[in-house]
Amino acid sequence: MLTPRSLDEALRLKSERPEARPIAGGTDLLVELNFDRTRPEALLNLNEVAELRGWSRENGSLRLGSGLTYTEAMVAELAGILPALAEASRTVGSPQIRNRGTIGGNLGTASPAGDALPPLLVEGAQIELGSVRGVRSVPLSEFLVGPKRNALEPDELVLAVRLDPSGAPQTFMKVGPRNAMVISVCSLALVADRERGELRAAYGSSGPVVGLVRAPFSERDSFAEQVAAAASPIDDVRGTAAYRRHALRVLANRALDRCLA
Amino acid sequence: MRISLTVNGEPREADVWAGESLLTALRDALELPGSKNACEQGECGSCSVLLDGELVCSCLVLAAQADGHSVTTVEGLADGEKLHPVQRAFVEAGAVQCGFCTPGLVVATAALLERSPEPSDDEIREALSGNLCRCTGYVKIFDAVRLAAGTMRT
Repeated sequence: MLTPRSLDEALRLKSERPEARPIAGGTDLLVELNFDRTRPEALLNLNEVAELRGWSRENGSLRLGSGLTYTEAMVAELAGILPALAEASRTVGSPQIRNRGTIGGNLGTASPAGDALPPLLVEGAQIELGSVRGVRSVPLSEFLVGPKRNALEPDELVLAVRLDPSGAPQTFMKVGPRNAMVISVCSLALVADRERGELRAAYGSSGPVVGLVRAPFSERDSFAEQVAAAASPIDDVRGTAAYRRHALRVLANRALDRCLA
Repeated sequence: MRISLTVNGEPREADVWAGESLLTALRDALELPGSKNACEQGECGSCSVLLDGELVCSCLVLAAQADGHSVTTVEGLADGEKLHPVQRAFVEAGAVQCGFCTPGLVVATAALLERSPEPSDDEIREALSGNLCRCTGYVKIFDAVRLAAGTMRT
């Protein structure tokens, strides 16, 4: 167990021990540990690295530390800037999970069901990755390379999410058997970005990675169909591919109504 | 490894292995079995404790991550023999059947009322959404939360 007290120390430790599994909120990793599904050679506890916490605004651009919790993403000021992320955060687990779970963890786990991912993708998020070699920025669409696979190099850590908030009407919706403690059957974030004349939607749990669909406003009537067609869902324990496609069509139409009202 | 933390207001030390949960450390090394071990995946809430004042599932926190921090368990709510108002309300409302979920629900309720002394039913539902009870159907638990809120306000 390695517990760095600063970002420099964290990056140095990750470079010396690339096999160390980073742990922040622990809401994914502890399940694996408790059920003995994994026995990492080392754990890198990021809880004491102050530089990874919170969020800031610089010249209109937003920087969310990878240690930002879902509870923090629901709080008024940030929720006003990124309303779809706040809505998605409200659907994550329970208060206990939201107090611990972080957006950096959602990125590290890179599950197609990660609730924070669709709202970040429709807002054009860039992921800031750091190592002792330096800092690089990767678009979220390129960061997610497969189910539970991301573009992190073994010596890198997720430092932050950067984006220029559109300020446009946006929403997040999720299908599941109850309101709390649910892994999405499918999910959708949508932005009606009038300034760029563009509709953007990102779907979750409906393909190997969270996917983005863009279209001009003039294609509003066919947009829900475009979203359903772009997804590549599978049949699994949570739902069938056909149901997911259908649900995405319904969610996209509802989201359009909500955002264009 | 050895960790030092504050548990229910007292400085404590424990020997833990790196992959051990705070729940296991509380129950075994620290001999506080009030927090219950059920799902071990954050689904049931019966291991709920306050970590630096925030409600968390102790099964999803590494014991080693609690090093240097402060933990309040259900054992820390009562004042000696005098029960916490939430505990008293659970008894009075009959919000307990088998009792396994009760410590987690009591801690979650105490955390809710600390933050929101007059919660609406929707707020109560949301605040307790991470705590499963398979006996009561939650009606008496809701009665207990409202009762506790009333007594704590006066």
